Amino acid sequence: MAIVVYTETEKGRFKKNAFEVASYARALADELDTTVTALCINADHPTQIGVNGVDKVLTVHTDYDYFEANSHAEIVAQAAAQEAAQIIIVSSSADAKYMASILSIKTHAGYVPNVVGLPINLTPFVIKHTVFSNKAFSNTTISSEMKIIGVSNNAFGVYEKNKDLKVEDFIPTKVSTKVTQISLEKVTGKATIADADVVVSAGRGLKGPENWGMVEELAEILGAATACSKPVSDMGWRPHSEHVGQTGKPVATNLYIAIGISGAIQHLAGVNSSKVKVVINTDPDAPFFKAADYGIIGDAFEVVPQLIKKLKKFKSSSI
Amino acid sequence: MKILVCISHVPDTTSKINFLNENTTFDTQGIQFVINPNDEFGLTRAIWFKEQQGASVDVISVGLADGDSTLRKALAIGADKAIRIDVKATDGAFVAYQIAQYVNENPYDLIICGRESIDYNGGMVPGMVATLLDYNFVNTCVHLDINDQQATTEREIDGGKERLNCSLPLVIGGQKGLVEESDLKIPNMRGIMQARQKPFETTSPYDAKARTESNSFEKPAPKAEVKLVPANDIDQLIKLLHKEAKVL
Repeated sequence: MAIVVYTETEKGRFKKNAFEVASYARALADELDTTVTALCINADHPTQIGVNGVDKVLTVHTDYDYFEANSHAEIVAQAAAQEAAQIIIVSSSADAKYMASILSIKTHAGYVPNVVGLPINLTPFVIKHTVFSNKAFSNTTISSEMKIIGVSNNAFGVYEKNKDLKVEDFIPTKVSTKVTQISLEKVTGKATIADADVVVSAGRGLKGPENWGMVEELAEILGAATACSKPVSDMGWRPHSEHVGQTGKPVATNLYIAIGISGAIQHLAGVNSSKVKVVINTDPDAPFFKAADYGIIGDAFEVVPQLIKKLKKFKSSSI
Repeated sequence: MKILVCISHVPDTTSKINFLNENTTFDTQGIQFVINPNDEFGLTRAIWFKEQQGASVDVISVGLADGDSTLRKALAIGADKAIRIDVKATDGAFVAYQIAQYVNENPYDLIICGRESIDYNGGMVPGMVATLLDYNFVNTCVHLDINDQQATTEREIDGGKERLNCSLPLVIGGQKGLVEESDLKIPNMRGIMQARQKPFETTSPYDAKARTESNSFEKPAPKAEVKLVPANDIDQLIKLLHKEAKVL
């Protein structure tokens, strides 16, 4: 009756969200008085996931080194069966969401993604998750015996807890891959919107793509990912992959800095899971000021260079 | 090539979300319903396959009669036939089962879904449909080409893109990128008139069970007033972010 948690890796290393889902699994296991089994595929150092209170790690090595949703779902399903698990925890990454929908059919599980906390009730099993693109929450009952919980990014946090860790190889029986990876293009050396602690985002207030230099510079100082509003990506000033909001990517970061973004309801929906929001805008009536924690009414072309200068000073003095 | 596009009937993105009956029911008063944006990108790509490669395009939705207007719009944009499975859509597994059963009886080469609906954000129907049918599946799909039963796709991942190949039959969870925003079609009068003549099938539901059920909704707690910092006092902002918010 262990809880199985799928801890994702990339190029052999655990992703940041792996530690969060492991922490979540531990906290839930404590409530249910059971153990946590982490499953990792192609991890170089499986014991690293032990810091978050995992009891057992199952390691799997596949003869292909990319994420392949169908076969990974089969592996997780087999591991869950071996561990007699009735609860599987996954993250809200693009890969995890891809896999979990397949897994839910293979394991006959009720699946709830975008979960923001531990269950509100255990029998019946009721869990809170975001709906309507972060404009509301739903308290949802999972009635099936098998349950899959998709934890929202940055919603639970990472907690360290040491347990005696067992590491075992897990050898799945015959799994089938369905799609073949041809190539992978990944921005290297730069934080991604999904993983970054800070996101710096800019909108039409910047007047043109040629003015993004200061956004990039500010992001670099903060180790942040860059993002943009929908009109900016629609006009082709920035790539679609940077579009955050209801129809773009959701942002659930610790600090979100919005520059020259008025804050349309669709944009706010996509970013309001971020913990602290700072808005820089010339228009004091911009709706974003109602959703922000800190605001500066001012011209981005004056404020941002100042912010860059002062942050450089702050960063060099705080090291 | 026979294409089926799955359409979700959702509140338009500008909608204010409110609930009735002690927060158990979504308040649809004053809400305008539209084709789910992720589905609309897929529908537009499907119409491209129709125009360029002679594909046929059917649209399907699981829901009650209030969704007919959304399916009519899909016909006006260029789909050939609409199917509505006449039952209240309860959860993702229930909806996926309805679609998969329909496809079992009426096979398609390509099923295009949106990556997620913008109301319940489950994002699970495409993968469930694919798995129930044992079709191939590519999620968060931002590019799709098909030649000789072979699909070349691009999938958006966190921080990048992945190119994938697979064969048909295939289900995709699509999103912006499949086509550009500027490629989306607004139905013209001719399309709207033609839509009235196109086949519109209403079928009874298959026996299936939901696995999850929403008991009640909550709105986010109201936010405290924004703290304004003068534009000439950036030091104060840094201090607040460092000492008070503890994010620097």
